[in-house]
Amino acid sequence: MSGGYLLLALLLLPLLGSVVVAPLRTSPRAAKAVALLFALAELVPTGLAWTEFSTTSAQRLQLRLSVPWIPAFGTSFSLGIDGIALVMLALTAVLVPVVMAASWEDKLPEGRTAAGFYSLVLLVQCFIVGVFAATDVFLFYVFFEVMLVPMYFLIGRFGGPLRQYAAVKFFLYSLLGGLIMLVAVIGLYVVSGQRLGSGTFDWPTLVRIAGTVPIPIQIWLFLGFFIAFAIKAPLVPFHTWLPDAGAEAPIGAGVLLVGVLDKVGTFGFLRYCLPLFPAASRQLAPLVLVLSVIGILYGALLAVGQSDLKRFVAYTSIAHFGFIGLGIYAFSTQASAGAVLYMVNHGLTTGMLFLVIGMLIARGGSRLISDYGGVAKVAPLLGGLFLLAGLASLALPGTNSFVSEFLVLLGSFPRQPVYTILGTVGIIFAALYILWVYQRTMHGPVRGAAVLAPEGPGAASDPAARKARFGDLSRREVAVLAPLVVLVVILGFYPKPVLDVINPAVSATMHEVGLSDPVGGPLR
Amino acid sequence: MVSPATGIGTFAWLLLALPVFSATVLLVGGRRTNAWGHLLGCATVLGAFGVGVALFVQELSLPAADRVRELHLFDWIPVNALQVGFGLRLDPLSLTFVLLITGVGGLIHVYSIGYMDHDRDRRKFFAQLNLFVAAMLILVLGNGFVTLYLGWEGVGLASYLLIGWYSDRPAAATAAKKAFLMNRVGDVGLALAIFLLWTRLGSVQFVDVFARIGQVDKPSLIAITLLLLLGACGKSGQFPLQAWLPDAMEGPTPVSALIHAATMVTAGVYLIARTSPIYNLSVDGRLAVVCIGTITLLIGSVVGCAYDDIKKVLAYSTVSQIGYMVLAVGLGPFGYALGILHLLTHGFFKAGLFLGAGSVMHGMHDETDMRRLGGLARYLPITFGTFFLAYLAIIGFPYLSGYYSKDAIIEAVFAQGGWFGAVFGGAAVLGAGLTAFYMTRLVIMTFFGEKRWKDLVAEDGEAYHPHESRAVMTVPMVLLAVGSVGAGAALAGGDRLARWLEPAVGSLREPTVATGMVPRPWVIGLTIGLSALGVLVAILAVGLRPTPVRRPVRVSLPIRAARADLYANAINEALIARPGIWLSRALVFLDNKGVDGMVNGTAALLGGSSGRLRRLQTGFVRSYALSMLGGSVVVIAALLAVRFA
Repeated sequence: MSGGYLLLALLLLPLLGSVVVAPLRTSPRAAKAVALLFALAELVPTGLAWTEFSTTSAQRLQLRLSVPWIPAFGTSFSLGIDGIALVMLALTAVLVPVVMAASWEDKLPEGRTAAGFYSLVLLVQCFIVGVFAATDVFLFYVFFEVMLVPMYFLIGRFGGPLRQYAAVKFFLYSLLGGLIMLVAVIGLYVVSGQRLGSGTFDWPTLVRIAGTVPIPIQIWLFLGFFIAFAIKAPLVPFHTWLPDAGAEAPIGAGVLLVGVLDKVGTFGFLRYCLPLFPAASRQLAPLVLVLSVIGILYGALLAVGQSDLKRFVAYTSIAHFGFIGLGIYAFSTQASAGAVLYMVNHGLTTGMLFLVIGMLIARGGSRLISDYGGVAKVAPLLGGLFLLAGLASLALPGTNSFVSEFLVLLGSFPRQPVYTILGTVGIIFAALYILWVYQRTMHGPVRGAAVLAPEGPGAASDPAARKARFGDLSRREVAVLAPLVVLVVILGFYPKPVLDVINPAVSATMHEVGLSDPVGGPLR
Repeated sequence: MVSPATGIGTFAWLLLALPVFSATVLLVGGRRTNAWGHLLGCATVLGAFGVGVALFVQELSLPAADRVRELHLFDWIPVNALQVGFGLRLDPLSLTFVLLITGVGGLIHVYSIGYMDHDRDRRKFFAQLNLFVAAMLILVLGNGFVTLYLGWEGVGLASYLLIGWYSDRPAAATAAKKAFLMNRVGDVGLALAIFLLWTRLGSVQFVDVFARIGQVDKPSLIAITLLLLLGACGKSGQFPLQAWLPDAMEGPTPVSALIHAATMVTAGVYLIARTSPIYNLSVDGRLAVVCIGTITLLIGSVVGCAYDDIKKVLAYSTVSQIGYMVLAVGLGPFGYALGILHLLTHGFFKAGLFLGAGSVMHGMHDETDMRRLGGLARYLPITFGTFFLAYLAIIGFPYLSGYYSKDAIIEAVFAQGGWFGAVFGGAAVLGAGLTAFYMTRLVIMTFFGEKRWKDLVAEDGEAYHPHESRAVMTVPMVLLAVGSVGAGAALAGGDRLARWLEPAVGSLREPTVATGMVPRPWVIGLTIGLSALGVLVAILAVGLRPTPVRRPVRVSLPIRAARADLYANAINEALIARPGIWLSRALVFLDNKGVDGMVNGTAALLGGSSGRLRRLQTGFVRSYALSMLGGSVVVIAALLAVRFA
């Protein structure tokens, strides 16, 4: 199919951009402009891929392209996407230019250049595309690992005061997960060799033989993949790297990290854990469900107790990833479709929340919640968009996240009522953590070290007489958030185009796991 | 049977589109719309009222069998067997609510032009009022549980925004958050009910659910009714989720009127009436509804006696009156119409009372403490006149609105006979007496007696100069007073409302005459007698004795308990809020020291010492390259081994 070259273009365009931008060290303006141009150009093949993709086709993987790579080891450079990968590619393509525009005026640490930052962002994009588009398990593994490198540098070189610590922690965690997965990847190859005569990494072939693998072996291999993905996604108790990385990463990289990179974990659950190890998935589902529900409640309670705005966002994400995990392992197409949609929506809403908080921090210079107060009076637009992002994050109906959270819970209930009830209680906590932070930073009298200008002459000690040190959002900042606002509202009311793309893929996944829907019976 | 909407019915989407359009224009347009924003806000709601009237007229022209109609707008959430549609259900129940929401809501909009005149963000206020109306319309018009849920939480959002309007006041911000959170507790109930319906019936659209509800097993049915009731409790401020409603008085007074009369708190009553096919099948579920309604009406009327803040008394009066409505809809088929009847008459007189209170505040530097009011009847004649009519309506003065609705509920409860009639009927009569007491107390303390404000200054340091409000405020009050007087007779006469609602809430059955029931004239006499007693006690206790400007501190235990909202907040605080915060703090500590510490410790252990871990960072790229290389070697070795094994 000619569509395969679209994926190649998606992969190579950011790589080319990265190479072009990297040398522009002396002219940050040119570097930014060129990088943004490449990121915007990436939207073209993404849009073409979306139109090329058929939602009615019986083909699970479309737009395929396969080039022999190391035939001796049964691995090839194979690309192809299903609906799940397609929506993740679309999310990536939307978020990268937004992140670039948001980082436009970032103050960089000593000795760092915009060219370096933007070049790394494009490199991350290239590797993420590879992760989502690969249909060869070994190729996937390579992208999965190599993706860490630019992200490590983004955090470690461009981040906050504790960036080195956070970056190393992020790296070690991921590396550990990656190595465990490597063992499982090799194991998979060995197993396929036993079944087929010669080993292969070809995903469709592996799915075909998945049912014949003995359950104990499935369980071991499942765990190998699962731990890597659970670290990435992060599920409790593999989560502690995220608050540090999220807090120390520059805002733009943080959005990429939480919005897209972490989704590789949940994407991995759906694409690799379930179809490749169906029996193990069914057996170990309770384990994952428990971890997910713990994540929902634990993440939410920790978010309530945070004093640092960026760590707060990281913990809310841990709660959100719990919902995604619940949706994937509850085994119904409604819950799975909800989980996939959640992956997209979380990227948009948490991305938006992260960006708004970044704009707040850029003004006040402090990450502490207690340094802010009454900001909505000083900067009503900032306050309003903070609230909108927060409401989307707590899944208010009318915003995109409602659809996904509702689908996850509704779809999980028939098979897993207890876990679902516990998860549903989580929505009260979500309201609490969002509205409490909003109240402390945005409501009340205008106060706080980060909001009020340092006492000038005449201001004396009367806080009312002191002037706020910053104003409302600039045009650039509004333009950065505008696409997210539009998507949050549109996908809240008309998610159908996205669901139409997702549904066939999750139905196929359910088929591969060997289960039918608990409500509504067998699938077509 | 459900038929598709035709003719003007296909334009029903305008009901939602008009206020949403206005809210969007005002929010996106910002200050540019300052000059005319409030006019757009009013025009769209009044326009929606016009559409509502047109739909109502069309509905009347249809035969009763065709009066339940649906208008499908678009597919909202389709995933295989789950097909959530976004559509409108036009039937007598929803259209009744549409007229109440847009009619009374429209009057409140007009009144707000005057009330919010001095606020520089008036346009934003109107945007949020529009949002409130739009959300409430979605709630009552939605043709499935998910559309209902959309409106349900939308109303929660709008109330959050408006209660927290004076957001620089910490009390307002806290009250707004509290309202949203307690509502969310109820929302969880509603959500779980929806999940359970989906599990048992495979659909969340009203048409399918109501058609198949008979297939649901009994335990699930009881669970569904209780979960729906929890949802209703959250939104309608019913026990045990009533504590947010009085705090919601932190919002501007038109908001209180909107929340308490036309929108929001009526949603719980609507929910139970709408899901009547479910409640009809469950006696236990209905009993739970009746219990909650009764407890709440008593709590509301007891606490209402103790407060000195005019708006708080009215707030608790709402808690209590909604209790009556919930009690009524719990009675089953005939009760739905009674509940809705009381909801409508209450919509008129409660809106009138709140707008009157707002007019008092407007003329008295926003003073709400009745101990600092008094003798205002002469200064605010229109306000007093309309307020007094609404007061007569709420205490059930014969032939005014409240008499037809509240007394009818009390009669219907007694008509159930047996212990049921005695217990719940007795409580309802007692509530009526208490209502008469606290409302009379409120009227005396505000409008009669000494002018206690004469020697006082307002919070802003100025002397009080009571003055009557402008016509833009008094005209809506007069219209509401007309409703307070006449709506009851107009709607209850010849069971007009009940017969109109029949296609929506099922066939009406006059309550069967049970054995051991108290004769009807006795009930009427008892109710009027107790109410009169309440008025008399209030006149003796409050009217004929001087009211101290400072609130007496040394009072008896029951009064202290009532002043503390019967300790509802203290219980919430002690059982939920404080332990929750402790738990959160403990977990943060645990996560930082425990889970993370363990991870760092393990890493350090593996690396030999934490110092070495730190050293790792310097040569990190090299070590990564090394591990990649190591990994690759392992892979290749393994592959070769497999190939040549």
